[in-house]
Order: sequence, then structure tokens, then C-alpha cells
Amino acid sequence: MDLAFSAEDLAFQREVREFIAANYPADIRARFDAGLEPRKEDFVRWQKILYEKGWIAPGWPKEYGGTGWTATQKYIFQEELGAANTPGIIPFGLAMVAPVIYTFGSEEQKKRFLPGILSSDVWWCQGYSEPGSGSDLASLKTKAVRQGDKYIVNGSKTWTTMAQWADWIFCLVRTDSTVKQQEGISFLLFDMKSPGVTVRPIITLEGGHEVNECFFDNVEVPVENLIGEEGMGWTYAKFLLGHERSGIAAVARSKRGIAKLKKIANAEQADGAPLIEDPDFRRKLAELEIDLTALEYTELRTLARESQGKGPGPESSILKIKGTEIQQAITEMAVEAAGYYAFAFNRRAMDGSNEPIIGPAATAFAAPSYFNMRKTSIYGGSNEIQKNIIAKMVLGL
Amino acid sequence: MDFNYSDEQKLLIDSVERFVKDDYDFDTRRAIVKSEAGFRRDLWQQFGELGWLAVPFSEEDGGLGGTPVETMIIMESFGKGLVVEPYLSTVVMAGGLLKLGGTAAQKEAILPDLMAGGLIVAVGYAEPSSRFNLADVSTTASASGDGYVLKGHKSVVLHGPMADKLIVSARTSGDRRDADGITLFLVDAGAAGVSRQDYPTVDGLRASEVILENVQVSAADIVGPLGGGLALLDQVVDEAIAAICAEAVGAMEVLHKATLEYCRTRVQFGQPIGRFQVIQHRLVDMYMAYEQAKSMAIMANLKLDAEPAERRRAVSAAKVQIGKSARFVGQQAVQLHGGMGMTDELNVGHYFKRLTMIETLFGNTDFHLKRYAA
Repeated sequence: MDLAFSAEDLAFQREVREFIAANYPADIRARFDAGLEPRKEDFVRWQKILYEKGWIAPGWPKEYGGTGWTATQKYIFQEELGAANTPGIIPFGLAMVAPVIYTFGSEEQKKRFLPGILSSDVWWCQGYSEPGSGSDLASLKTKAVRQGDKYIVNGSKTWTTMAQWADWIFCLVRTDSTVKQQEGISFLLFDMKSPGVTVRPIITLEGGHEVNECFFDNVEVPVENLIGEEGMGWTYAKFLLGHERSGIAAVARSKRGIAKLKKIANAEQADGAPLIEDPDFRRKLAELEIDLTALEYTELRTLARESQGKGPGPESSILKIKGTEIQQAITEMAVEAAGYYAFAFNRRAMDGSNEPIIGPAATAFAAPSYFNMRKTSIYGGSNEIQKNIIAKMVLGL
Repeated sequence: MDFNYSDEQKLLIDSVERFVKDDYDFDTRRAIVKSEAGFRRDLWQQFGELGWLAVPFSEEDGGLGGTPVETMIIMESFGKGLVVEPYLSTVVMAGGLLKLGGTAAQKEAILPDLMAGGLIVAVGYAEPSSRFNLADVSTTASASGDGYVLKGHKSVVLHGPMADKLIVSARTSGDRRDADGITLFLVDAGAAGVSRQDYPTVDGLRASEVILENVQVSAADIVGPLGGGLALLDQVVDEAIAAICAEAVGAMEVLHKATLEYCRTRVQFGQPIGRFQVIQHRLVDMYMAYEQAKSMAIMANLKLDAEPAERRRAVSAAKVQIGKSARFVGQQAVQLHGGMGMTDELNVGHYFKRLTMIETLFGNTDFHLKRYAA
């Protein structure tokens, strides 16, 4: 046992750090550092930079464009991206549909879809949740009926993240209603520009537009867009959920969040002294930092198991639960730290439209971030569902 | 970065776990706790023969040159069996103080016998009103001729009743809470002027109130620098905290597994209570608390060799996590076992009691939160 990075790992860390310093565009950095709402072009531009370098898909097997890095190297890469506050790599193409395609797809599908995912020329979205099926995903009702060499898709999806920017969707559809719920589901890919697809924004409580409703009205999908076998969609979906969970703990993001929180607490005055000197505040901050340290070491232990070929198992549900609890707690404390200026709704400034900010810059989006981060314990399988997973898969209950 | 045990470490795990399983079952432990001595000298000597008491000492001191990871392994396994023998006091603490601050003569006189399972040494670092502050020392050591005269009261000296020697902190200069002026002294437990009030602790250990009434010691009995004993004590207490964090992880593992098994088999309302979601989520929360505690115990043990400020922060962070996890896992283990969890007969309550005292030992969660945030 040893906490030190090897000489090779340290050299790798330096290489990543230097690459980011030299190649992370200043305008995107400014936008992200100010906490403004990200734009599609920011994500795409940054992902293309990583793609050119060959670093866009560390989780993929080498033959398809992966990096062949060790678990420690992947961890270092995540840490460095997080520390530099780069745009997060959008998971829908690279981390979600791609592993399904290269694991269960045909040669033809791999050739057709993987290059566009790697180069970030094709933006994907995830068609899982439906208005009536929240955590009970298998109850989905969107129907695909085969007619000759086409499926006719009817139904709707919801909470579809960034569907407004998506070129393609990977979609769970019901192809058989006569069998057990889980056995009648298939995994379909289709073009979001297909006739019959409508996307409507859902504005979330902080005022942002991340998620959408998608309606499918007699959308025609060629049968060659079916992944694997008809009726096996649930198996592929479960595979996807268990895949590529690195980064799910968001440790680097939370470290940055705590640094920002400290900045706010240094600037805020309470009874003539900086808030950070208040014993109650310090105590809560210390608890948060300790929670995060524990999570970081739990993640490192998980990675160590993975590098021995074990996992990523259902244990990684811990990372999701603790990671989201900590992210939420940080934003919660930022609102507390901001005091009265948390009231100011700097909505237009958040778009980056040069509207002057009311109050200090560091607290300008504290409340919207807090409101927005409530999503983390709901999405990706709610934390209650994660506990069901651990109870069943780890504890054998 | 590496979180794997070496092959030798795996052998050590096997050997200590086998001992706990085969030779230290719950009835054996219960008999030891109820016995007059409160520990088993034959088992202690067996630890010596197996080399466990020599683990943390350097090869030139006659030890095995182990790292904190080996100590962590032993303490985690001891935690699984609630071993009451004086490993923490004698090997980790007294041994740690002598290893770092002992003179060649002291080491030669004590360590071989200690490692063989002969000599038992306990450490007096607390006083009736010092609470967790190691610098709060009222016991005085006044210069007298070639030596010193000790006067004071060391409280809750763990494993004091079985100790042949004591190492106590006393003030050679400065005011009551000054960092400077604290000196550590080796004292024979039977020396003139030493009196003890021995008693059992709630978690099955033994402790003493040690009264020092004009106890004569010589300058050769000083461990570490004159007046500079605090830094030494501070480091060794941090090592002891890392060790009890590992012990707590072992105890929590047993409680979590026992509770899981109980919930799988205990039938109420026609089904095992483990089928109820409210119970399942509680067990998941216990599992997460255990895993987070284990992560922090490993972290702290691997950071014991860091420079003092980093070491202190790491150890306090771990102690906070272990304190919270131990309380949660302990309380929930009792809760989910229902009435049985309340009985003296079942082992669960005994693990809960040890975990509760670990939470207090060397500073509770509040104390370490404050130390971390300072």
C-alpha cells in the first residue's frame, strides 16, 4: 500500500496539466470560471481538442480509439480536467451509447457511428425516461412496430438532457407488449431530424434549459438501426448503467466547489470578521471536506479493484450517492454563505449577455446552482434506487 | 498509487484472522473480560512468539521493521475479535514512544522483553481535568539531586492494572497548558510513591487511576527531549489514533455482517425483515458508513509518515469519519437486532460498547473536527 504516484504517473500528470494549460481556450475558461451557462459550441470545441490529442475516450478499448491508460492514469486525467474547470465531457455519446455499440452492435454499426462520436461531430441524447415511467424505467410505453424494413415509433420521452442540441438519440422502445415488461424492450438509434420528432424545452426551477420532452409521431426508423437483438434492450440498458462510472463521484468538481465556497466565505463579512472565521461555519466546512476526503479514498479503492479486473461493480452506487450528497451540500452552503445577495436573480447575466451582476461575482449564481443541483440525487437512477441496487446486488437482500 | 497488500501482509492477515477465529471466540473473550487479570498472559506471550509484538520496531532494535500498514492489519483483525490484550498501550504507544525517543539503554532494557511478551508498559497521558488536550499537564516533575520527583494524578491509564512499567507525561517547566516544558518519564509500576486504583472499563478493558506521590526517578528515565515531550507524544497518539481507526473498522465489519445476516433470517409479518425496504436502506447506509470509514483508516495510516501538519489533519479527518460511522453502525446494529441487540448475551452490544469508547479515545468527533478546522 502506498499513496504516492509512480514516476511515470507523475510524468503523465505533468503532461496532462501542461496540455490543458496550453490548449484550453481562454474564452471557454473565462465562461466556465464565471459560472455562466455553457453553450454547445464550448463543449464541442473542447472535446475536439481532446479528440485531436487522442484523449477523448479513455474508457474505450484501444482498438476503437481508447487510450489504453491504467486506472490511475484515468483518475489523474479526470482530476486534472476537474482542477482546470474544463467543460465536462458529455457522456451520452462517448460514455453511454458508444460502449453499447462496440459491445453489442454490428461491424456495420461500429463503422457508421463510432467515428462521429469520437470526433464530437454527432451529438447524442438518451431516450430512457418517459412521462409515466420515472424510476420504474421498465414500464416504458414508447412503441416501435416493425413494418417491413422499418420500425414505426410512437410515444414520448422526457427529461431528455440537451436534446435541443442532439443530432441522434438512443432510445428504449417497446417492441413486444405480450411478454414480461423487461423482455419486450429494444434499443433503437435514430436521427433527431426524422419527420415526426418534436422537442419541447422543460425549464427547470433555477430558470435554465437543460432538459426536454421529446415526442415521436410515426417516426420511421430503418431496422438496421436496431442494436443487437429485438427484445434485448433492457439487457443493454443495464450494461450501460454499470459501465464507465469513473467520474460519477465528481470529486474534482466538488474540490473546486469547496475552493469557491471558501472564496465566498473569505469575502463575506459577519459581525465585522470574514465568515470563514465563524466557528459554526468552519465546523460545517470541515465536515464537508472530511466527507469528500472519505469519498475520494473510496473512489481510489474502487479504481484499485477495477485495475485488478474486478468491477466496476454495484459498489460504485456508493460513489453516486455520496458524490451527489456532497455536491448538493456544497451548493447548499454556498447559498448560506452568500447571505442576502443570494436573492438576486442574475438570469440574463447567466446567459453571458453582459448584464451587470447584482452583488459580488462569486455569489451571483449561488442560489441557481443550489436549485439546479437538486437534480443530482434524482437523475441517473435516484439515490433511493441506488440503495435498492446496493441492497440487492452487494448485500444480497 | 497502490491499495494492495503485499504477499507478506496477506500472510499476516491470515495469521491474525485465524487466531481471532479459532482462539479468541466470543466465549473465550467473555471469560477473559470476567477474569481477575482481565487479559491472558499466555496469549500475550503467544503474540510475542508469533512476532506480532515486534512488528513496528526496526530491525536494529530487534523488531521486524513493519510499516503502519502491518499495525493496521493487526488492529483491524483485533477489532473483529474485540481483543482486550494491551497491544495498543504496550506496542503502539509505549513502544512508539521508546522507538522514537528512547535512549539506547532504555531500548536495550525494555524492547527485547516487550517484544517477547514479557514486559507490559502502559502510558499515562490524561489527567482528571485535561480532557483531550495532551498539553494540559498538571503533574509536576521537580528536579531533585540527579533526578526528579513526580507528583500528580494520571487518569484512565488504559491497561494500567497489568503494566510492569508506565510512561507518564509530567511538567518540568512552564504553566499548565504550555506546549513547552512537558517531559515523558519511565516509571516502575511498583516504585515507591506510585499507587493505583484499578477498574474495569465499560468496553471490557482495564484501566487505572495512577497517583504519583513524590516518586523518585532519575534523568536516565526521561524518554525523549527534556521539556520537549509533547511533539513526541503528539506523534505517537496520532499513530495510536490511526491504529484504533483500524480496530474500529474491524469491529464495524463484524457488526455490519452480523446485522445483515440477522435481517436475512429474522422473520416478522411472514417474511424476513431484510425484505422491507426501510431495513434495506438502513443496511445500505451502514455499509456506506463502514466503507467510508475503511477508506479513511487506510488514508490515515498511509499518511502517518507525512510531515506533522499533514499527518495531524489526516488523522483528525479519519477520527471524525470513524467516530460518525462507528456511532451510526453501532446504534443501528443494536436497533435492527431489536431486543436481542440490548442483551449482554449477544456479541453485538459488546462491539457497540467498544466502538463508543473508540469514538471518545484520544479526542471525540467534536474535538477532532475542531483540530481539523483549526
